[in-house]
Amino acid sequence: MSNPLVDVKNLSVGFTSRAGLTLPILRNIDLAFGKGETIGLVGESGCGKSTLALAIMGYLKTGLRVIEGESLFRGRNVFEMDERALENIRGGNLALIPQNAGQSLTPSSRIGQQINEAVQLHTKLTKEQWRDRTIELLTQVRLPQPELLLERYPHELSGGQQQRVAIAMALAGEPDVLLLDEPTTGLDVTTQAHILELLRSLAAETGTAMVYVSHDLGAIARVSDRVVVMYAGEIVLSGSARQVLKKPAHPYARGLLLSIPRLKEAVVPASMPGRPPAPGGAGHGCAFVDRCPMAEQRCRDERPALEPTAVQEMVRCHFHERVEQLPPPVPPKRPDRASLDEADCMLQLDNLAISYAKAGIVDQILGRHPKVTPTVDKIDLTVRRGEILGLVGESGSGKSTILRAIAGLWPPLNGTIEFAGTKSLNHSVDKRTKDLLRSIQIIFQNPDASLNPRHTVAQILAQPLKLYFNLRGDELRQRIEALLERVRLSADYLERLPSQLSGGEKQRVAIARAFAAEPDLVLCDEVTSALDVSVQAAVLDLLLELQADRATTYIFVSHDLAVVRAVADRVAVLYQGRLCEIGPADKVYGLPSHPYTEMLLGAVLEPDPDTSPSLTAEDVVELSPPPVGCPFQRRCPRRIGEVCDREAPPWRPTGRGHAIACHIPLDELLAMQQRTNVTLAAQSTGSENAARREAP
Amino acid sequence: MALTTTSNTASGKRKTAFGGLLTVLLAMASRPSGLAGLILVSLHILMAIVSPAIVPYDFKELNAQFILSAPSFEHWLGTDNLGRDILTRTMLGGQKALFVTSVATILAIGWGGSLGVLLGLVGGRLDDILMRVVDAFLAIPWILFLLLIVSVVGLGNAVLIPTLAFFYGIPVVRMARAATHDVVALDFVTAARARGETRFTIVRQELLPNVLDVLLVEGAMRWSWMLLGFSSLSFLGFGVTPPTPDWGLMISDARSFMSLAPWAALAPVVALSSLIVGINLSADALAKALGIDRAQTAPV
Repeated sequence: MSNPLVDVKNLSVGFTSRAGLTLPILRNIDLAFGKGETIGLVGESGCGKSTLALAIMGYLKTGLRVIEGESLFRGRNVFEMDERALENIRGGNLALIPQNAGQSLTPSSRIGQQINEAVQLHTKLTKEQWRDRTIELLTQVRLPQPELLLERYPHELSGGQQQRVAIAMALAGEPDVLLLDEPTTGLDVTTQAHILELLRSLAAETGTAMVYVSHDLGAIARVSDRVVVMYAGEIVLSGSARQVLKKPAHPYARGLLLSIPRLKEAVVPASMPGRPPAPGGAGHGCAFVDRCPMAEQRCRDERPALEPTAVQEMVRCHFHERVEQLPPPVPPKRPDRASLDEADCMLQLDNLAISYAKAGIVDQILGRHPKVTPTVDKIDLTVRRGEILGLVGESGSGKSTILRAIAGLWPPLNGTIEFAGTKSLNHSVDKRTKDLLRSIQIIFQNPDASLNPRHTVAQILAQPLKLYFNLRGDELRQRIEALLERVRLSADYLERLPSQLSGGEKQRVAIARAFAAEPDLVLCDEVTSALDVSVQAAVLDLLLELQADRATTYIFVSHDLAVVRAVADRVAVLYQGRLCEIGPADKVYGLPSHPYTEMLLGAVLEPDPDTSPSLTAEDVVELSPPPVGCPFQRRCPRRIGEVCDREAPPWRPTGRGHAIACHIPLDELLAMQQRTNVTLAAQSTGSENAARREAP
Repeated sequence: MALTTTSNTASGKRKTAFGGLLTVLLAMASRPSGLAGLILVSLHILMAIVSPAIVPYDFKELNAQFILSAPSFEHWLGTDNLGRDILTRTMLGGQKALFVTSVATILAIGWGGSLGVLLGLVGGRLDDILMRVVDAFLAIPWILFLLLIVSVVGLGNAVLIPTLAFFYGIPVVRMARAATHDVVALDFVTAARARGETRFTIVRQELLPNVLDVLLVEGAMRWSWMLLGFSSLSFLGFGVTPPTPDWGLMISDARSFMSLAPWAALAPVVALSSLIVGINLSADALAKALGIDRAQTAPV
């Protein structure tokens, strides 16, 4: 690679603090790549990944400036180009695909117009050719019926389709480099898998170099040849995807990989304590020293250089040859959970239906329900005391809706919710007794929103204690301190405000608030989705520990199947507000039998470049469930015919409390799966070989 | 959502009301622009309080010898068309404006804020109807309306203060309602509902602390606009009655002699604009100190 396309040389970028100090966000970055290469940039939030990707385009956020170094595109420093030249290369040669495509498309103009604009700007085509090129681009990103799509507005498309349109726009100028900033974060697993496959094939077809920024090592593993790990604004490790993901030579990369929950085993992964230093807080030595399991005095005194290793990696660690010898992490002990079958029933949902549709005036007068298919329907579910029930499904599958109904925040339309065998939960919060309120607590996804920014930690924790136990004064103080200790935060945190805590610490406070009530049932609504993987493991571990203390029952909602695998005893799979499959976690995960479960699990990406997702179903997003028949009828790869459209599928018990709702019996489904797997395997090895042949 | 960002906000150590005020003021003063704003506003307030004791002349004192005289040793800022000392009148000229507008601002924020929060919480029909009324009032040029009221009911604080408070409170309803909607949608309010807190507790503990900050900053901005409004009224002859010194009135009087004695108009103009600039700078600094500033430039 004598003449790289992009060559970032010793680039440092930072801002000047109010005290007049120069605080770096990027420190001495060296990164070069050529045509056709795909680079994965990975690291926790705040490590400078996005800043680097934008700096390659010559763009710095307001307040940032180049401290030293340069970023060359085709031999020219982008920071020395004039506006005109920058405008030419941005979008034309270097194209950015942002995280949230929905926000990057103009809501008020049609898809066709928007892509057209990009075509006009970045190509020399004549007016007559614009439309053809636009259609060609839409076809290239595998969007069906591109002619019809031209007339649509962004809001009429699903998230995955919007992201494809954004990719098409970026491709308009036939760029040399595509910069992708978390392009699949926030999308469903199946959609994500499809987008990543698209990117892979685009890279192979067009020879465009890609820089893929993500915190998700699974996605990185899928699309990158080379992985660059960033920590505190530095590159700490860079090498081939296989090398970095299989044998990481830096303790940080190792820690990140170990903290990812895997589908294979029901263990909470090892967490990585601490958080990256703030800009300027890295000190003289290695930036990772405070979190490193093998730090020595030398690491504090001397900043390691980025050195080559024997296997053509670059690593920034004094003792990188020792990383491999680090002892494997001891997975946190999980209490034995065998005796749940005899436990009494904690929560029973019986034929539950929930609808968000509001009754119109006519309906109100006639006293009838609006004629809309309910968001959630026909849910029969039993949760035993002390059990952790995982609730999985794509976004919009009604997971959170069910939690909201149990918590009394939204009334059910039909059916009953029964708590502890006796008490009905059909009524809303204002009609529940204090004791009932106390025994059911909910933990939300985003601790930024679930903690009042104006209340200190002590005030936040005092609320449930005052409300349920009438505690005041010293007694209250002691209980708050004890609670903080249980979530492993020191008493220093009492007077802090949420804005002074990290994401993980905030979620701990939110968990402490829920446990202050000494609940019997805790509803966890995507509690780790807003956290970095390194923090996620610690929060999961804490939740399991608290659960074991008093045998609290959990309903654990998540779109992340691996996270649910790590904690749940039993798993219920939801599609379009209807249950598809329910059973013990090892059975659901071990032998996914319902076509939908099979599709979901097949789309999960593992941080391993040697595995590939198996995509059995089309990437379609349905906005509402079909009124009759099987909810999965429109996407099911195993559809057998009209019976799927007409009749609701029967529940087929398969032993040990496992059951699937499908018209096809279990053994037939499994036989079908085996046939597909064989063909899929043949296909993927074929394409893999082809890709290898193309690569230099 | 701006409410949840920024770590270096002053609200970090709010414990007692006084301590909280002090922290906020210190945080405001930590920026040069905020410090300048605070100094300007405090100087004006101080001036309004102590000026009656320190002015060199009587503000009503006519002096036929010194009509429209240029700044001199006896009259530092010159005299006006009736020979009155301009320095004296400028020093006193903010008294009434400051009093009327600050009381009216508090009233405006009070009624506008409470109605806005209420509508934001209740929603439904009442919200629909009252917001249309608010929209209708926003479409009326308030100064015409005010002139109508003043000419019917007459001048005086008892008319001016409520009228100003009413008109300047209307946009506050909108602000407070929007702020309430923003906060109510957040999970901590849902969490409080799920916990079973009473409605009153939710409003007092969860909602108001977050809405009040927005209202405070809004209040500061309204105050500066109201000062301009009040001065416009006096300029038109509807704010204060002569010979009471007032900046708007002084500018109006001096307008006819602008070419002869520019100092007569300049002094009240400088006084008024320095106060307004001071309030605006303070409002910006307050927004930054409370962490609800939407235009953060520092990278996160």
